[in-house]
Amino acid sequence: MGAGHGHKLHYHGHSPIHRAPAHVKVATLLVFALTVVATPREWFPVFAGYLLLVLGVIAVSRVPFGYIAKRMVVEVPFLVFAALMPFLSTGPRTEFLGLTVSEPGLLAAWALVAKGTLGVLASLTLAATTEAHHLLAGLSRLRLPEQLVAIMGFMVRYLDVVTEEMRRMRIALASRGFSARNPRHWPVVARSAGALFIRSYERGERVHLAMVSRGHGLAATPEQP
Amino acid sequence: MSTPVLDVRGLAYAYPDGHQALYGVNLHVHRGERVALLGPNGAGKTTLVLHLNGILQAGAGSVAVSGLPVTKPNLAEIRRRVGIVFQDPDDQLFMPTVRDDVAFGPTNLGLRGDALEQRVHEALAKVGMDAYADRPPHHLSFGQRRRVAVATVLAMEPEILVLDEPSSNLDPASRRELAAILRDLDVTVLMVTHDLPYALELCPRSVVLSDGVVVADGATYDVLTDEALMRAHRLELPFGFDPRTVTLP
Repeated sequence: MGAGHGHKLHYHGHSPIHRAPAHVKVATLLVFALTVVATPREWFPVFAGYLLLVLGVIAVSRVPFGYIAKRMVVEVPFLVFAALMPFLSTGPRTEFLGLTVSEPGLLAAWALVAKGTLGVLASLTLAATTEAHHLLAGLSRLRLPEQLVAIMGFMVRYLDVVTEEMRRMRIALASRGFSARNPRHWPVVARSAGALFIRSYERGERVHLAMVSRGHGLAATPEQP
Repeated sequence: MSTPVLDVRGLAYAYPDGHQALYGVNLHVHRGERVALLGPNGAGKTTLVLHLNGILQAGAGSVAVSGLPVTKPNLAEIRRRVGIVFQDPDDQLFMPTVRDDVAFGPTNLGLRGDALEQRVHEALAKVGMDAYADRPPHHLSFGQRRRVAVATVLAMEPEILVLDEPSSNLDPASRRELAAILRDLDVTVLMVTHDLPYALELCPRSVVLSDGVVVADGATYDVLTDEALMRAHRLELPFGFDPRTVTLP
């Protein structure tokens, strides 16, 4: 029924990294990210060490590097911004690859690229080696408030349902001659986004109804008012 | 006579916007019965169902489940006794795995540990989905999801199982499998449906709700063959189906 098998970030496997408890992985990722961010940007060799560490973990997990590389596309907007920084920043000028650029800008760009890439790589490794529901259980074990875990759980569960609904709406629109390229059709996009929102909202109400019908929010003993 | 599992008396209800949906409904269902609730769209079937477990509170009249009135102090016990399976399994199955979903109801009842595990296992076995406990619900076929939805309610060991359009969107094979499961369950069933052949197949008794009142209550065969009644309440048999010529299982 439409929904593809597995979430798009998870790569099925049985490596030690896959089998490690989710809360340990989340905590490790957090510590790693904070350490990377706190490292002074001039310590270039240290960053090389970090990179080797992440690549080592990926190698042990046996997730193909291409799999992770493809998903690194999310970082592109940050890279574009980083590429602009040496040109837009002020301060003393320096020569870099034959261009005159701002020195603090160049250093800031380096920091953004290095720290960002390490963070994205490590996060993608966690996502590729941990199933969504294990991740949620791990967050819950790390004492993240239950409500937040529940909200994330609903998001994971209904992402596919809503995506599938959106796909059907798009096919129905295209079948009636809608073309996203025609600017005169653009208001339709806004209206279908609105319709999708209303539908999801109503689904939320129905899900809640089904939960309440199974005793959600009531004490197990029927004594209170 | 024993206490009926479901005892609805003079139930009337108007929605907050003033639209009156039910005008004095009377309905008794006894232990072990399988009853079909028939009626055209807008007859008030869903409104009636939502009164059975106290989601909606009666405007007038009363609802009791095995003698326990549906009132606020009794809600937790009422929701254990009345298990509603909603039409869209995607609304009912919201947990990461089938096991978690089936455990949701019993957990709310206070079950933990082995007792909980046992409940989940039994409920899944009853619908033939025991092998799928660790799968995420959205990876199952629609028919399998409907069966898991039934299990989520069976796990609460209800006294009455209320099914909203159980055969909708099922292919003929899933439809037949679900019928076999429902027939084998040792539980009282109230089935809301437009699927008249399914009602005839599964439910010896039918109740017709139209414009917020019960207009017929009798053997399903008699209801479906009463042409004047059927026409008056927008009930139609599917093309080519004649209750007089089918042999019941």
